[in-house]
Amino acid sequence: MKYRCNAAVVQNLPLGDDIYDMWIEAADIAACACPGQFLALYPEDPTRLLPRPISICEIDRACGRLRLVYRVAGAGTREFSEMKPGDFLDVMGPLGNGFPLENPGRALIVGGGIGVPPLLELAKSLPGEKVLAMGYRSRTYLEEDLRAVAELVIATEDGSKGTRGNVLDAIRENHVQADVIFACGPLPMLRAVKAFALEKDIPCYVSMEERMACGVGACLACVCQTENVDEHSQVHNRRICKEGPVFDAREVVL
Amino acid sequence: MNLSVTLAGVTLQNPVMTASGTFGSGMEYAEMMDLNRLGAVVTKGVANVPWPGNPTPRVAEVTSGMLNAIGLQNPGIDTFTKRDLAFLTDYPKTKVIVNVCGRTAEDYVEVVERLADCPRVDMLEINISCPNVREGGIAFGQNPKAAETITKAVKRVAAQPVIMKLSPNVTDITEMAKAVEAAGADAVSLINTITGMKFDINRRTFALANRTGGLSGPAIKPVAVRMVYQTAHAVKIPVIGMGGIACAEDAIEFLMAGASAVSVGTANFHDPTVTLKIIEGIEAYMQRFGMKDVSEIRLKED
Ligand SMILES: Cc1cc2nc3c(=O)[nH]c(=O)nc-3n(C[C@H](O)[C@H](O)[C@H](O)COP(=O)(O)OP(=O)(O)OC[C@H]3O[C@@H](n4cnc5c(N)ncnc54)[C@H](O)[C@@H]3O)c2cc1C
Ligand SMILES: Cc1cc2nc3c(=O)[nH]c(=O)nc-3n(C[C@H](O)[C@H](O)[C@H](O)COP(=O)(O)O)c2cc1C
Ligand code: FES
Repeated sequence: MKYRCNAAVVQNLPLGDDIYDMWIEAADIAACACPGQFLALYPEDPTRLLPRPISICEIDRACGRLRLVYRVAGAGTREFSEMKPGDFLDVMGPLGNGFPLENPGRALIVGGGIGVPPLLELAKSLPGEKVLAMGYRSRTYLEEDLRAVAELVIATEDGSKGTRGNVLDAIRENHVQADVIFACGPLPMLRAVKAFALEKDIPCYVSMEERMACGVGACLACVCQTENVDEHSQVHNRRICKEGPVFDAREVVL
Repeated sequence: MNLSVTLAGVTLQNPVMTASGTFGSGMEYAEMMDLNRLGAVVTKGVANVPWPGNPTPRVAEVTSGMLNAIGLQNPGIDTFTKRDLAFLTDYPKTKVIVNVCGRTAEDYVEVVERLADCPRVDMLEINISCPNVREGGIAFGQNPKAAETITKAVKRVAAQPVIMKLSPNVTDITEMAKAVEAAGADAVSLINTITGMKFDINRRTFALANRTGGLSGPAIKPVAVRMVYQTAHAVKIPVIGMGGIACAEDAIEFLMAGASAVSVGTANFHDPTVTLKIIEGIEAYMQRFGMKDVSEIRLKED
């Protein structure tokens, strides 16, 4: 079930590097949300019609709250960044499929850039053994939260923390072993993670991104190319907002 | 108070419908609203075979509007009749208008023939105005002779009333409307999107993979209202108005300009239940002006 509601902002704190940490009150959505799903956030500015897709970073079902961690990328996210506790924000969700919460052994959870946030709730919800590997440009964020859940290896491009290089360099350097991979981040990272999983012959799930308009599967704006003919579209296209954003890496062309 | 309207013999419980391509077949919205309250659902363009559509990015936001170049991705008529039309049988109060696209006249005719024995289909809307696919649609929509040919071809095999959907990307839209009326069209709908372009100055490339896309949303409304007004005064068949309708006041403008019914497109992306609010708003307006029939909204000029 999807809900559209006017959610109260509970907290909206800067984490540095134009990244913000927001909690909103949306009990209906929180009650049924899963890790890997996202919300559509609607700017108040009436000249900006389209919803902004933002991943669910953490779910507090007891308090009916959701955590969103987002980077200011343009006018819409700038507007969100200026909101104060007590302000209200139009949201719809939960949208998309979310990560499969099956762990056949040891899970490796890989994030990069602004793909890190949805992996926090995943790390908390996924049963079994797990290792987290996160890649940042320089400064880290959500590091304490992630460390509290599982072992964390870090890569930074400038070498200021952890392995110098990308997240795959950190995985190799730390000899991380895995039976399944979950990943969210920029496309080049997803490509590298997919190649790594194919090389190790282990299952791999990737969370994808594309421009959206409806957010619910009606407009066909947000498709990604698939290896096989998809049942809904009857062509090699799947809707990221509906059948995604999480796909089996072998299914999608990256 | 009577909100119902009759278009080419088909009676809609109210004049508000969803614009093709912005609402799928209603499946994705059914859990958020009662589809039975709509005047009609106009489905996404369907062709004789599945179409893959354009590469992404397919949409871009612009001030008070958006550009799209979906490229008429659709699952083809087989899947459409089995899945989408079957789904819509659960909503008997809402009329179903099937939007049809094609590359050639034969493509259109094949789809229209296939739909002839589908009782759930109340009307057909023939898209000859999509700016986003090279061979299809628009080739017929910018030339009155070609529009006449395709209208005649479709009318010959259609079992349901035929609405021809017109493009604003022409010098004189009344010329196109008169051509399809003369060829037997039962109604016209307008406007489809206006061809536009946007650059992404940070990535230093086109915002859309297709480079150009169709502009829709509030940004196009004054153009659409003008074209609906001109067309409603040029033809005798009913006119279905659309382009930037986002609230009841917008819909009322189109009805004043001479539209018999309206379609709501891009606004669904901002608020999935906007159509229901528009229906309620039209009712409130009629009450305020003491109108008994929705047709009274049309402006009477002396
Ligand atoms: C499933 C999904 C989950 C996401 N989760 C997060 C998250 O948790 N945190 C975060 O910081 N960002 C996330 N993003 C990216 C986020 O949606 C964009 O940064 C945001 O939409 C930018 O909006 P804007 O108005 O600030 O930028 P503008 O550039 O002004 O936006 C213009 C238009 O482009 C769209 N757009 C711009 N960038 C993107 C993008 N990268 N992806 C999709 N649409 C875009 C906007 O939604 C808007 O319609 C996610 C994207 C997707 C698809
Ligand atoms: C994403 C999108 C997809 C569309 N797909 C179709 C289509 O398949 N067939 C069609 O005739 N018109 C299509 N249209 C045009 C709309 O039906 C409508 O004519 C136009 O968007 C103007 O109305 P609006 O401003 O209310 O959106 C599409 C528009 C959008 C935004
Ligand atoms: S955004 Fe409309 S189908 Fe995904």
